[in-house]
Amino acid sequence: MAEVKDPHDGVQIDLISGERLANQTSMEKIRMILDGVREGNIVILEEGLSPDEESRLIEVTMTEISPDEFNGIEIETYPRSEATDASFLDRLMGRESTKKLTVIGPANQIETLHKDETLIQTLVSRK
Amino acid sequence: MGILTELKSSISRAASTLFSAEDPKRIGIYGPPNAGKTTLANRIARDWTEHGDAVGPESEIPHETRRARRKENVEIERNGKTVDIDIVDTPGVTTKVDYTEFLEHDMEEDDAVRRSREATEGVAEAMHWLREDVDGVIYVLDSATDPFTQVNTMLIGIIESQDLPVLILANKIDLEESSVQRIRNAFPQHETVQVSALEGDNMDEVYDKIAEYFG
Repeated sequence: MAEVKDPHDGVQIDLISGERLANQTSMEKIRMILDGVREGNIVILEEGLSPDEESRLIEVTMTEISPDEFNGIEIETYPRSEATDASFLDRLMGRESTKKLTVIGPANQIETLHKDETLIQTLVSRK
Repeated sequence: MGILTELKSSISRAASTLFSAEDPKRIGIYGPPNAGKTTLANRIARDWTEHGDAVGPESEIPHETRRARRKENVEIERNGKTVDIDIVDTPGVTTKVDYTEFLEHDMEEDDAVRRSREATEGVAEAMHWLREDVDGVIYVLDSATDPFTQVNTMLIGIIESQDLPVLILANKIDLEESSVQRIRNAFPQHETVQVSALEGDNMDEVYDKIAEYFG
């Protein structure tokens, strides 16, 4: 992903389309997210991750946490409602809807102020 | 009944007996840090195992459990039947670990850094168990805190996506600020049972539900 100006100028926000994500493998998505977040960027995914990818994101994040360098991530999506609506066959075939706008940022720079079914409010600070 | 049907039925019964006798279901106890997972695991182990050994140490400092611990062959008796399960007490799941938070609990910096490193390994381990090695989940929440967090939303979504049976426990009902209804509102698609693992309140209903969900 193209580099921008000096990070001290502000906070970089990467808005990643569902189309761009659809062409990537799970590990490519996770790598892209964590590389962005570790540089201090806020990553916004138009269509979010699947539950399995979320599970792997947590796992890989844990392996990268390092004292005084990286404390992990803050992640917010709207609560998942499709999981219970999708039929077993849909889930088996990987057709479960994951189209949930997802915001991910460095844990020390992003703070969730409020969250409900329809609204996510976050406070983003510089490093 | 035809010979073939009878044979199939016998094989099915034999297989079922074989699995129930040799393969107790592994039930993972999951939830965020400090929800009371180890307190619950210890309570179950003390109530239903011969020596009543604790599964692990309990503490108010987050991430006291930093390794998944399995207690095998816990036999819970309900209504004349025995449910044989392994309980797996897992580290609290989070997306961030900051060692400086442990310094607030009068910990030396070296100890805090070590604890945070072990905690991250433990969370990764818990996620791996969830994807690969558990047959059902008891999801423990502190009913005195807001259940509407991203970790809870994600974990319940991950559990649902794997079609694992899940029983949600609203723990710490002995606390004044406890609100079981708040948890029911957050996860209306699942049954929530209230409990105080510390005081042993309502454990009978918990055991009834364990037998119903995982038996």
